[in-house]
Amino acid sequence: MENNLLSIVTFMPAFAALILAIFLRGEDEAAQRNAKWLALITTSVTFLVSIFVYLEFDPSNTGFQMVDEADWLLGLKYRLGVDGISILFVMLTTFMMPLVIAASWDVKTRVKEYMIAFLILETLMIGVFVSLDLILFYLFFEASLIPMFLIIGIWGGANRIYASFKFFLYTFFGSVLMLVAMVAMFADAGTTCIGGCDVSLLTHNFGSESFSLMGFQVVGGMQTLMFLAFFASFAVKMPMWPVHTWLPDAHVQAPTAGSVVLAAILLKMGGYGFLRFSLPMFPVGAEVVGPLILWLSAIAIVYTSLVALVQDDMKKLIAYSSVAHMGFVTMGIFSTNQQGLDGAIFQMISHGFISGALFLAVGVIYDRMHTREIDAYGGLVNRMPVYAMLFMFFTMANVGLPGTSGFVGEFLTLMAVFQVNTWVAAVAATGVIFSAAYALWLYRRVVMGDLIKESLKAITDMNAREKWIFTPLVVMTLLLGVYPALVLDVIGPSVAALVENYDTAVAAADATLQTAETLSLGD
Amino acid sequence: MELTILFAPLIGSLLCGFGWKIIGENAACWIATAGLFLSALLSWIVFITFDGTTETIQIFRFIESGTLSTDWSIRMDRLTAIMLIVITTVSSLVHLYSFGYMAHDEHFDEGVSYKPRFFAYLSFFTFAMLMLVTSDNLVQMFFGWEGVGVASYLLIGFYYKKPSANAAAMKAFVVNRVGDFGFMLGMLALYLLTDSIRFDDIFAAAPELAETTVGFLWTEWNAANLIAFLLFVGAMGKSAQLFLHTWLPDAMEGPTPVSALIHAATMVTAGVFLVSRMSPLMEFAPEAMVFVTVIGATTAFVAATIGLVQTDIKRVIAYSTMSQLGYMFVAAGVGMYSAAMFHLLTHAFFKAMLFLGAGSVIHAMHHEQDMNNYGGLRKKIPYTFWAMMIGTLAITGVGIPLTHIGFAGFLSKDAIIESAWGGGSMYGFWLLVIAAAMTSFYSWRLMFLTFYGEARGDKHTHEHAHESPMVMLIPLGVLAIGAVFSGMVFYKSFFGSAEYVGKFYGIPTAEIAADGEGQVDGAEDSHGAADGDDHGGGHHGPAFAGKPGEGALYFAPDNTVLDDAHSAPKWVKVSPFIAMLGGFLMAMWFYIWNPTLPARLAANQRPLYLFLLNKWYFDEVYNFIFVQPARAVGRFLWKRGDGNVIDGGLNGLAMGIIPFLTRIAGKAQSGYIFTYAFAMVIGIAVLVTWMTMTGGAN
Repeated sequence: MENNLLSIVTFMPAFAALILAIFLRGEDEAAQRNAKWLALITTSVTFLVSIFVYLEFDPSNTGFQMVDEADWLLGLKYRLGVDGISILFVMLTTFMMPLVIAASWDVKTRVKEYMIAFLILETLMIGVFVSLDLILFYLFFEASLIPMFLIIGIWGGANRIYASFKFFLYTFFGSVLMLVAMVAMFADAGTTCIGGCDVSLLTHNFGSESFSLMGFQVVGGMQTLMFLAFFASFAVKMPMWPVHTWLPDAHVQAPTAGSVVLAAILLKMGGYGFLRFSLPMFPVGAEVVGPLILWLSAIAIVYTSLVALVQDDMKKLIAYSSVAHMGFVTMGIFSTNQQGLDGAIFQMISHGFISGALFLAVGVIYDRMHTREIDAYGGLVNRMPVYAMLFMFFTMANVGLPGTSGFVGEFLTLMAVFQVNTWVAAVAATGVIFSAAYALWLYRRVVMGDLIKESLKAITDMNAREKWIFTPLVVMTLLLGVYPALVLDVIGPSVAALVENYDTAVAAADATLQTAETLSLGD
Repeated sequence: MELTILFAPLIGSLLCGFGWKIIGENAACWIATAGLFLSALLSWIVFITFDGTTETIQIFRFIESGTLSTDWSIRMDRLTAIMLIVITTVSSLVHLYSFGYMAHDEHFDEGVSYKPRFFAYLSFFTFAMLMLVTSDNLVQMFFGWEGVGVASYLLIGFYYKKPSANAAAMKAFVVNRVGDFGFMLGMLALYLLTDSIRFDDIFAAAPELAETTVGFLWTEWNAANLIAFLLFVGAMGKSAQLFLHTWLPDAMEGPTPVSALIHAATMVTAGVFLVSRMSPLMEFAPEAMVFVTVIGATTAFVAATIGLVQTDIKRVIAYSTMSQLGYMFVAAGVGMYSAAMFHLLTHAFFKAMLFLGAGSVIHAMHHEQDMNNYGGLRKKIPYTFWAMMIGTLAITGVGIPLTHIGFAGFLSKDAIIESAWGGGSMYGFWLLVIAAAMTSFYSWRLMFLTFYGEARGDKHTHEHAHESPMVMLIPLGVLAIGAVFSGMVFYKSFFGSAEYVGKFYGIPTAEIAADGEGQVDGAEDSHGAADGDDHGGGHHGPAFAGKPGEGALYFAPDNTVLDDAHSAPKWVKVSPFIAMLGGFLMAMWFYIWNPTLPARLAANQRPLYLFLLNKWYFDEVYNFIFVQPARAVGRFLWKRGDGNVIDGGLNGLAMGIIPFLTRIAGKAQSGYIFTYAFAMVIGIAVLVTWMTMTGGAN
């Protein structure tokens, strides 16, 4: 099925960025307006086109669809395609970007460059989710960090250098390891095709025989090693405990729109990586390392929730809460059953809307008061009733209230992990209590109470533009919360296929695993 | 019809909350109220015409993943029907009452429109509560469960300028979440074992669960007991049972109509409803049931002791509510779910009335809530006085002993105490009898301090005390009817012979001959002290013979509590009455005949007095062992864990490498980006080189 819809969706923003870069001159009012409108229109049209992708997508087909293939330089292949696991991430990206642009309407400095950065970022992010070639994926995956660096570095807060330094540091090591693993994969499989072709990485059987390395018995062999290499990259991206500390700093320094993209989409690249590479390609490795990851997830949930409880900076608090929510995602993924994967994907999509909205909510008052200190606020409800209502709504969604999308993912992932390890489930479920504590504590200090502070006396409620930005997010959060089938129906069959392949692979390797263990005991 | 009942409050809430700017404040509030009255009317029609057969109405799909499949749907059975009338009746009356109570509120500045918000919250609460009781699976129930929690949070914190109200709202939500933690785990365990969280499937699997063991945390558990226990933890949170009760008294920060609706009649009874709903499971979980009984009885007792000394009129009633909820759990715990539901129903009427009456007093006294500043109000607000009097007669359980004639509480509370005896829980029985005496004492104390004696406190306030408007008095009148008659009218259905109860709940009954004796008639006169000792001697007359899930409640074949309760000795049946009388006389002595006595006693028994006044120091202890440590640990993890260990370690590592890298790539701030891009290009180059070298493979 030849079809270049996906290429259009992927590259339309970059094309617009190119137009901006070449044709738009000057820094005057008109030029700024043109840049903003062009960016908004492009991202909106991209979203509309992506709806066609969604409509054309057939959930019952678990393979890759709408594959777009071409030869590229140096004999490399250009291959794009979507399946049930990736399509919603594409939709999430195209959905969020117009809102992000609209939220940046008041940017005053270097507007053209700002818009170019976001447009390119959109292309790269979509590219990550649709690439079906290893090289292409690596290119998109790594390159997407560059515009983000620039966004933090140029439009960020006072301490942006430290933040981007940290951001760099963490991601760099992960990337190096992933690169090594990719080379090894190619060496082993002889192809860079991820899926959808005759010989692909997804169908290739990577060796899982245990071997001895520098005196260590490597259970699961090559798969375990490659799993760990990829894990290094994805775990940082998620981010998982204990490599999460770059996120709060990056969020704090990033401009509002940057935070939204970071929380809503960039973090999901890690989760997507687990689903696309780690589980299906290295099932035996996942089986070996999985139990450890479950514990890391449970620790992440409790640890970061407790840390969130004592934050003084709104963005930091929400950033820590993001880490906790991502803990549910990794927990779901490595429960490796239908509910777990369904829940993890659902949680990622839902977290995109909810955390995006929360960062936007912080942005609304930051634009007015230029501070993120919780103590600088209090009693906003007196002057900002609409804001108070929206913030309440997303606070409740964030704590996983049933009826909002935040609940479904949490519930499914907990249900999944309970079948695997009740300890992890019980520890993770305490997140239900802690999240209520930190989220409501934040809300109480910022919104509730009498309005006493002089500086806040003249604060104004949300304007029409801001309300319009929140409306789609409210709708999606409610819609997915009440009728989650919208997501679950789309991802269900692909997830089921993934789980089945995983189970088969693990069962097949089980025999060899056991022999390996007896052998090592015999030594 | 059921759909209308369910969604009329939601639509009313939305129209009121979002449409008031267009249609006007008053119209908006009336729309919400009208929606509720419509719901109430239809609920009564459903209740009366309901024939006992369970039916399920699907609305649309909810969460489906793998073998998990849940719908939004309505399960109509007798339990649902009972809850429908309780919720919609009280809620519609509270809506009406709120027109008067919320007319002027000094917590808000002039011109602030707070009324539509209030009515929208009330209606939303009602919707969530209806979702809870009509659910046919645990997830939808959890939706309602948390939904009422949010509504409660919003309404407790309704006076958002008051720090104490905000604190109370948050506390209510978080403490409830502790309970929800249990509820959640219970659901997960059920899914693990039965592959479903729909009630029908769970009920069918219940007997099997009793035979199953499941590994949970450190050891193996009996599945039925474990699940029943976990779900009950959820119930403890919602119904403010001991250890998870600390939020309820604080919740009195909300406006009084809220206290009447949410914190007396409906939301707090959700836990009782849950246990009754899960009766097919509970019947197979004997150890968990003992736990339920013990917690219930202890709560009834502890709450009553605290209620003895409180001086805030709403807090007295709050502790009284907590205590009465304990009664209901005892009934459920010994296996007499229908007695629990009976008390739930009657309690909804008289406790809502007591709260609304208290609201009327507070309204009259310009928002003064301390009973020390009341006194002699009988003449000033006579209607309110009589309403409160009926409520007090009902809650203390006034009636004619050994007959079925009396105020609502007389019949339902005695039913519970007899059930506790019949169920063989002496702990429950005695604590409840003692609690009954205390109930009578604090209720009459409230009456005497408020309406009798001399006027105390601010003179000005007393002079301006005025009777409330009709919109507030009518609800009181309607509830008074319920408080007087609901016990007598419904006695047979809830606590009559198995035949009546079975018919009411749609449980099949069968004629079972008593073992060997052939005595099948359940004649009243055979119920004497001699028979009372004869437990297990066989059933009299028809007995419950349903399978789990058949009918709204399930009674296991060995559950003979109903019979045993009916055949309790006379002294057992009279004991609550005597306790009530004792409490009343003590209150007379303390507050009418010898009014200086309480102060002297408090001075003499100061430690005990302070212990009770400070509510057994639960808040202080919790703050010390949970709240403070959580914050300290959070701070430690943040500063030491994230700061020193993780960042410290990695930064130290990085300091060695990064300068080296930047030296290669360029310098200064943007150097990192170049470094990064550079590294990436190198990476790609390596990959491509490798490929072209080995590329023949393709």
